[in-house]
Amino acid sequence: MPRRADLESILLIGSGPIVIGQAAEFDYSGTQAVKALKEEGYRVILVNSNPATIMTDPELADRTYIEPVTPDWVAKVIEQERPDALLPTMGGQTALNVAMALVEDGTLERYGVELIGADERAIRVAEDRKEFGAAMERLGLAVPRGAVVSSNDEALAHIEEIGYPAIIRPSFTLGGTGGGVAYNVEEYEVLIKRALDLSPVHSVLVERSVLGWKEFELEVMRDHRDNVVIVCSIENMDPMGVHTGDSITVAPAMTLTDREYQVMRDAAIAIIREVGVDAGGCNIQFALDPRTGEMLTIEMNPRVSRSSALASKATGFPIARIGTKLAVGYTLDELPNDITKTTPASFEPVLDYVVAKFPRFAFEKFPTADFRLTTQMKSVGESMAIGRTFKEAFQKGLRSLEIDRPGWVVGATLADDRLESDDRDDIKVALRTPTPERIFQIKRAMIAGIPVDDIAELTGIDPWFLSQLQELLDAERRFAEAAEVDAALMREMKRLGFSDKQLGDLRGTSEQDLRERRWAFGIHPDYKVVDTCAGEFPSATPYYYSSYEEENESEPLGSDGVVILGSGPNRIGQGVEFDYCCVRAGLSFRELGYRTIMINSNPETVSTDFDVSDKLYFEPLTLEDVLEIVRLEQPKGVVVQLGGQTPLKLARGLEAAGIPILGTGPESIDLAEDRRRFDALARKLGVTQPPNGTVVTLEEAIAVATDVGYPVLVRPSYVLGGRAMEIVYDEPALRGYFAKAARVSPEHPVLIDRFLEDAFEADVDAIADGEQCVIGGVMQHIEDAGVHSGDSACVLPPYLLSERAIDEMREHTRAFAKALGVVGVINVQFAVQDGVVYVLEVNPRASRTLPFVSKATGAPLAKLAAGVMIGKRLAELGFTSEPAIPYVAVKEAVFPFSKLPNVDVILGPEMRSTGEVMGVADSFGMAFAKAQIAAGDALPLQGTVFVTVNDNDKATVLPIVRRFHEMGFRIRATEGTARYLRQRGVPSERVLKIHEGRPNPVDLIVSGAVQLLINTPLGKLTQRDDYLIRRTAIHHRVPYITTMSAASAACDAVLALKSRDGSVRCLQEWYQLARALLAEAPQSGVTRRPSGKATAHG
Amino acid sequence: MATTQPAYVLLEDGAWFPGTARHSFPHTPGEVVFTTNLTGYQEVFTDPSYLGQIVVMTATMIGNYGTNDEDMESGRPQVTAVVVRELARQHSSWRATGALDAWLAERGIPIIEGIDTRRLTRHIRSAGAMRGIVALGEQPSDEARRALDASPRMEGLDLASRATVPDEREVGDGSARFHVVAYDFGMKRNILRILTSLGCRVTVVPATTPAARVQELGPDGVFLSNGPGDPAAVRYVLPEIRHLADTGLPTFGICLGHQLLALAFGGETDKLPYGHRGGNHPVRDFQTERVLITSQNHGFAVRGTSKVVSGTKALEVTHRNLNDDTVEGVRHLELPAFGVQYHPEASPGPHDAQGHFREFVQALDSQRLSRY
Repeated sequence: MPRRADLESILLIGSGPIVIGQAAEFDYSGTQAVKALKEEGYRVILVNSNPATIMTDPELADRTYIEPVTPDWVAKVIEQERPDALLPTMGGQTALNVAMALVEDGTLERYGVELIGADERAIRVAEDRKEFGAAMERLGLAVPRGAVVSSNDEALAHIEEIGYPAIIRPSFTLGGTGGGVAYNVEEYEVLIKRALDLSPVHSVLVERSVLGWKEFELEVMRDHRDNVVIVCSIENMDPMGVHTGDSITVAPAMTLTDREYQVMRDAAIAIIREVGVDAGGCNIQFALDPRTGEMLTIEMNPRVSRSSALASKATGFPIARIGTKLAVGYTLDELPNDITKTTPASFEPVLDYVVAKFPRFAFEKFPTADFRLTTQMKSVGESMAIGRTFKEAFQKGLRSLEIDRPGWVVGATLADDRLESDDRDDIKVALRTPTPERIFQIKRAMIAGIPVDDIAELTGIDPWFLSQLQELLDAERRFAEAAEVDAALMREMKRLGFSDKQLGDLRGTSEQDLRERRWAFGIHPDYKVVDTCAGEFPSATPYYYSSYEEENESEPLGSDGVVILGSGPNRIGQGVEFDYCCVRAGLSFRELGYRTIMINSNPETVSTDFDVSDKLYFEPLTLEDVLEIVRLEQPKGVVVQLGGQTPLKLARGLEAAGIPILGTGPESIDLAEDRRRFDALARKLGVTQPPNGTVVTLEEAIAVATDVGYPVLVRPSYVLGGRAMEIVYDEPALRGYFAKAARVSPEHPVLIDRFLEDAFEADVDAIADGEQCVIGGVMQHIEDAGVHSGDSACVLPPYLLSERAIDEMREHTRAFAKALGVVGVINVQFAVQDGVVYVLEVNPRASRTLPFVSKATGAPLAKLAAGVMIGKRLAELGFTSEPAIPYVAVKEAVFPFSKLPNVDVILGPEMRSTGEVMGVADSFGMAFAKAQIAAGDALPLQGTVFVTVNDNDKATVLPIVRRFHEMGFRIRATEGTARYLRQRGVPSERVLKIHEGRPNPVDLIVSGAVQLLINTPLGKLTQRDDYLIRRTAIHHRVPYITTMSAASAACDAVLALKSRDGSVRCLQEWYQLARALLAEAPQSGVTRRPSGKATAHG
Repeated sequence: MATTQPAYVLLEDGAWFPGTARHSFPHTPGEVVFTTNLTGYQEVFTDPSYLGQIVVMTATMIGNYGTNDEDMESGRPQVTAVVVRELARQHSSWRATGALDAWLAERGIPIIEGIDTRRLTRHIRSAGAMRGIVALGEQPSDEARRALDASPRMEGLDLASRATVPDEREVGDGSARFHVVAYDFGMKRNILRILTSLGCRVTVVPATTPAARVQELGPDGVFLSNGPGDPAAVRYVLPEIRHLADTGLPTFGICLGHQLLALAFGGETDKLPYGHRGGNHPVRDFQTERVLITSQNHGFAVRGTSKVVSGTKALEVTHRNLNDDTVEGVRHLELPAFGVQYHPEASPGPHDAQGHFREFVQALDSQRLSRY
């Protein structure tokens, strides 16, 4: 049956900001869905609050709403657009939950919107633990023994039959949020309480632990004619008990016989039928007892997922795209296999390679977080690698992670591997607990001579995987001990996936020397095609991976080709925003007549969709891997400025190898990053910098800090996302920083800057063609200086900066662009203190804010960057003046605190946010309100504001609290603050501090008596109190504010929300407004201020 | 790996592929084919349809779960040799009773590893399945070339008479509801397992059994098994099949059995360029319009266009392969006789098509009813 003709417009819901458990994979699926629907001629309406995504590029959907992904706001879009159908399966759990809410509140029925892809019943059966259990029972499939409970009493009533350890899973949450394992009644009650709180339906599944069982996943698709295919099987190397998002996973399944696999396949088909997903895909998880083969069904997700993105990249079968086509009426056999083009999609991909996926963690950002891996996901990104064998994929995947491990190598210190000693008993103890470092502890265990079977027993990892690792270690030893490395030995090692760096280290020589020796032997990788069919049919899609084999299948593109280096695994500080830049530029190169070659290792992303480039190399982003591809392709040049730090780090090496870098050269990048050279440049240009110095010893540091004056900002050079960056207020603290912070050496100096207190910060994104530099946008940070720019909310256009200061920033930006010879994008960070503009940082590369600026203004900066990189002038590209917008866009950061207990939420110079959202409106207050709602912190319109601030902030908070009071809020505060407020005419009630007695602030929050929390750190004595209050607020989903400027902005937002109903408008219409404005005043080259309220700060 | 020695696969068009072997073996010629099954290597190696063939596994990690006594499709490995990218040194499975390496070595089946199996597969895909030889050594020797040249071609090769049972034997419960005579051309064990589980007693007879002998056995229906080789070389059995089917006995053929059924009614077969071997082939059932994901293993196919079987008006096409449109199933227009090219017994492969066995049993049932 062809596409449904009775539908004309379709609403697609995105997944909102990147959070742990819901990341770039939904940009990938959503983008595929938009494209698939457009192809069929439907009018596509998209709602997603995340501006960093490709899917929200205004050229993709017909109507792009960057609005909060909540039932209320999506309902407004529905009311305005009147779509015929809603596709809820492409935006993760968020989209599914919003869709269900819209079903339940009658919105869909009221506006005649049909749910396609998965219907209400199917979603309910799959998501509701009780219904799912009943469905499995009907099929005769076993599920872990358990019970669904909705109170602590109920939970206690069931625990006896279930037994410890017990697994706790809240219903309707994503990434296993709120889940856990309880080993005793105390833990059990704590976990039950948290899970009940976090489950939107207050229902929790408690079940028998199958810790240590083997874990498998199948990706299944079904069409409305009941054709079913299994797209991929995935085996988790880490056994049950570790969330699959935190597991090392492998495709296809490695240790299943056909008999067991077919039993699982039959079960999967029966499940998708029983649940009733009749036009789309789902992911089903199984556990297998390694001793008996007993199989249990764990869960099913009736939508695309992280695993389906992985499966799509692992097989070449585009699940989201096909799922979308099924949702609009096609059957599998009517759709072509996009890779072969000649065979239909109704088949099951077969792999002639092995895929390994590795989680990327960010515990270095959260030193107090619990690093043990459990059923609640904690990783922030992932890498994937393809090799012909498991060993090859395994090593490539580890070096793709970019965690300073060139493969499966132990850390430089025991601490790097989270070990206190390499005593066999200590290692054995460590192996029992899954952590990010366990895979390296395993190597130390093998080195210490612990047998594979013992390691298997301790870790629950199948001995097959461990024996593979043992073979790697054995090979390594042979290589290290060989009298001479001949061609055969070199090739053997490369075939096992060893990197040049690893091999160099084993032979005590440099990576470069090792590589030259390898090249002298004529040993280079071949590139094989991912073709869904193991070579059975010719394939039309150029999707490649490297392997040391005998036949290269990749035809070089030569000077038509442009290589774009992607950004690797997502991590804090480097996420989907860079993928947006790479993809957008790639499309632009194609429009300009070039052919794009994408290199990336991140399976979640749009950039690793074989559809967006002319060629895709799914490869680690290391110098070795990139050099080999470039050697084959001989492209016009390589783009390094769009993928964040990952490609930048390779720029020098590529240049040294004589490879042309497109756009701004490595020399300029170095100049901007090298503090001493940059100081000289700033002085030459007459730009003020905070007083600073670069040091390599503690003594130097003390001298510099004394000289520039405390507080100082200290950080290692070459940082990403403010890693190890701190504000230090005195010498003891400085000593403390040097004691715990990274290795300081002449190669790794530490930068010390005078910290500008009470300054405003601003970011400028611009583009230059070598001659002209045009500002894309000036953003003012809402948080005070000292909060990492990636963590601060920001507003475009600025609302509290003087026109003079803004002009000065524009001037400085243009001067830097010219002095650095920037061809492409440039980002400059400024601080303004007492009217003086300081430059903090210049980045001649794509910034984290670039997609936000592009979405806010409609100026496609990444697209333009591609143009200038191949020699076009900005004038030729039609971009000659800074876009003026008659509205306000606010970007807000989103944090992983609810996923990471024991972490304080106070913002600082170390970036900790995982994602971002954008709010657009005609006033600052409304834009900020939308951003808050989108970030999951809906501001209250009435109730109680609880205020507790330090003395410095009291004067600042006074007018803010007064406004809350005037809007009818009840004000409560701790003693000092309350007295201060009362004395100045703001009625406020005193609340006891925690150490003063009860009821204390925590009690108030827990009992729902506080709707908004304004809290700044009070001082050492009450640190623990503050921390408890903030954590309690997070736990009970009470919005909390930790800076004065954010409090002021929140006040504006509440006022906006109280005075009128928020309206929705798509980007395309906002831009039309901006163009209309420009037409009225064509000479206008600068940003106009909207009429919205601009509140005086402080 | 001290015992590892160089080895290679040489094809009759001169292409050769280096690898290594862990055990010594003599020059071993055969038809070189590839299969894309991801799981089920033991079932593949013991499937008599692979008799005379050097099987290339496109899945790269082979031997991971070892071997066991249950996943046998016949009493021994039937393949001539095995070619893989990587042969497991250690295996892991609660069902395993031994390692694949040792299991093959004990049974004298050469296995070469370290081969760029994708290059070899792509070569066969473009040049077609052809004869080849596996041998020890750094590079092809003249001796190996001569041995290859002297080896038989698959076309016109009657391997069924080698794969069949020497004597009649009975399987299943004497009190079973139905009695089926199964012509064994190299029958997989799982076919017997399924037939008996559906209430059949099965008398397995040699390929050369005359129709008269089958009639003497008084069965409720006739089953024509899978098997190796060229169907055109098994002409001796065609009159017997025709005779039995014409009596109105329900007749069901799988793979070679399906080809023979078609030939018996005047149909024709062709050699496919490189065959279908794997567990993921989509087949359209014209009756339900649904797609079955099927297990396949064949180098020849019944000729036909749309629903017409070439050379005969007695049969119609019931199933087609969606990848290359070849005939995957036929049915007699009047008699209760049908065949499928793929393997509903799976093992290895998906179970989507197991309904054909029930279909056959239903035919047995209605045949019996009509007799009374």
